[in-house]
Amino acid sequence: MSDMTETAGPVLAADGTPLKRSLARALRQQKLRALFLIAPLLLFILISFILPVVDMLYRSVQNGIVSKTLPNTVVALADWDATTGELPEEAVYAALAVDLKAAAEQKIHTKVGTRLNYENPGMSSLFRKTGRKAKKFDLETGGPWKETLIDINKGWGEHDNWRTLQTYSPPITSGYFLNAVDMRVGTDGPEMRPEDEQIYMKLLGRTLWMSMAITSCCILLAYPVAWLLANLPARKANLLMILVLLPFWTSLLVRTSAWKILLQQQGVINDILVYIGLVADDSRLVIINNQFGTITAMTHILLPFMILPMYSVMQTINPSYLRAAKSLGATDWTAFWRVYFPQTVPGIGAGSILVFILAIGYYITPALVGGTKGTFISNQIAFHISTSLNWGLASALGAILLAVVLVLYWAYDKIVGIDNVKLG
Amino acid sequence: MALPTYASTGQRVWHYSFRVLCGFIFFFLIAPIMVVIPLSFNSQDFFTFTKEMLSFDPAGYSLKHYRDFFGNPDWQDALWNSVKIAPAATLLSVSLGTLAAIGLSQPHVPFRRAIMATLISPMIVPLIISAAGMYFFYSRMGLAGTYWGVVLAHAALGIPFVIITVTATLVGFDRSLTRAAASMGADPVTTFFRVQMPLILPGVISGALFAFITSFDEVVVVIFVGSAKQQTLPWQMFTGLREQISPTILAVATILVAISILLLATVEMLRRRSEKLRGMSPT
Repeated sequence: MSDMTETAGPVLAADGTPLKRSLARALRQQKLRALFLIAPLLLFILISFILPVVDMLYRSVQNGIVSKTLPNTVVALADWDATTGELPEEAVYAALAVDLKAAAEQKIHTKVGTRLNYENPGMSSLFRKTGRKAKKFDLETGGPWKETLIDINKGWGEHDNWRTLQTYSPPITSGYFLNAVDMRVGTDGPEMRPEDEQIYMKLLGRTLWMSMAITSCCILLAYPVAWLLANLPARKANLLMILVLLPFWTSLLVRTSAWKILLQQQGVINDILVYIGLVADDSRLVIINNQFGTITAMTHILLPFMILPMYSVMQTINPSYLRAAKSLGATDWTAFWRVYFPQTVPGIGAGSILVFILAIGYYITPALVGGTKGTFISNQIAFHISTSLNWGLASALGAILLAVVLVLYWAYDKIVGIDNVKLG
Repeated sequence: MALPTYASTGQRVWHYSFRVLCGFIFFFLIAPIMVVIPLSFNSQDFFTFTKEMLSFDPAGYSLKHYRDFFGNPDWQDALWNSVKIAPAATLLSVSLGTLAAIGLSQPHVPFRRAIMATLISPMIVPLIISAAGMYFFYSRMGLAGTYWGVVLAHAALGIPFVIITVTATLVGFDRSLTRAAASMGADPVTTFFRVQMPLILPGVISGALFAFITSFDEVVVVIFVGSAKQQTLPWQMFTGLREQISPTILAVATILVAISILLLATVEMLRRRSEKLRGMSPT
């Protein structure tokens, strides 16, 4: 038989084309049809979600404002060597006068001042004060500009200010990122900020530490519950499952407000403790607006995300393994630790990564029950976006947070597979 | 699970103390939510149980916080905004999401993993980053502070849930059914609406409920992308909790708990129905 087909040449499909080519075409059509179905959503996500996030990441290095507002100065300053310790030449000052006059007329000089103030406090008032006079500059007859400008504000005679201006004149900057990791551009390259100004790395460390604490609490509380659910008869397990799923479906705000009410000094928990006499009325426990408050509330909020993956793994473990271990003489503990526990590790891993990813980016709960000591890096990002308006720094902090999350997401995909995420 | 008759004393003690431990954990899960409900009927403006409430004195209970919720225009506007935004966002994410989920469950999809990772990413990326990015980008597009801006943002956040639930339903879908329909002369559109859709409908509806609750519950993105005109219920609660903490929040919370119980019951029912339809459940 096989000899015959080989000698008869390629197998043909009904319409006469070789079967191989016909199949390849069908496959291509199938692929195209699948992509055609996915395309609208992919496009939607790209425009409404991916593009905004990428755009924000670009803000963390974008620095067009200096070169756009002070174009002549930036060009003139390019040749200046900051290491000599001398002030720039007259030509640079003249260029600055031209730029400042133009900027002051458009009222955009304060924006550059604000931008440079992030790097060198004092620059904002320098620009604001000089800008007021700059409108009246007579570019034809005025000058010499070096004396005039230093006369208006002696900040222009300070070497440090010029160095800042030069450092931040390129359209791309690493300044925000350096700032986000508590560094700054010193006289000889990047250096650490003084100890008392180092806040962001500490905050990131605290975010990671607290997320880990929350994840560990979740593991400890979820394991017994998942085990119970997986080993009870289906009817009872389904009933108890409702107790796990109800918090999962309840609004995050409701759960957070519940904790706020429970944990207050005049709240339910303190009232009960006073009532049973564990705590004196005048020394009520401070359990809100600190790390304890954040960890308790977030453990409660994220616990279902740990129980569900653990449960689905434990459900598949055959109980006869445990019985076999015991019949071979293992004690209850050995049977559990050497036989049962290793099989549940995938569930613990899946739940832990999920809880950790969700915890590290939390904003609402820490903002409401965390006070000042229990806030996360997200809260600092929100502060820089809506209050201090330092968007570049907010973006740089966001980029660092996103990098951590994406690494974990990748790990999750490798270990569990995103196809295997289950809801409820 | 039941304790064997030959269990030793130690085993018995462990068995029951383990049950008690689990009981405590369940209590931890459910008590914070349940405690809100009686407190919302407090006749005082306190956030704790008063003496009258503990002695079940009718004077200790009242509906005044509910009256405030239904009478206060701030809360009513917020409720109305939530009711306007969530269904539109849900409709958008369900229609696009179902289509894509069907595409993704075809046997041959190029770059399947990468596409899946992209579509799930709104669930994984920290909300504050999504919110900041959308705020900057939508402002430039003129969408920030508009109804449609918030709807688009919420639709993007709801899509992962639709994708996950619908692809999960499609895993058990018997492809020969669509082939049978096609062989009897049905065109792809008819096949979709008359054969495939009824079978995956439970998954689609539970995806829709997830998308709905995501939008209905969402605070961070709406604070950044929306303006005062789009102030939703969670947003109002958030400001309420941050600034002047008013007991009306308890009444709102109780209503939201009731809604989530309703949604949970629906989803559970749908899940069982879907399993039955696909013949996966032994019952």
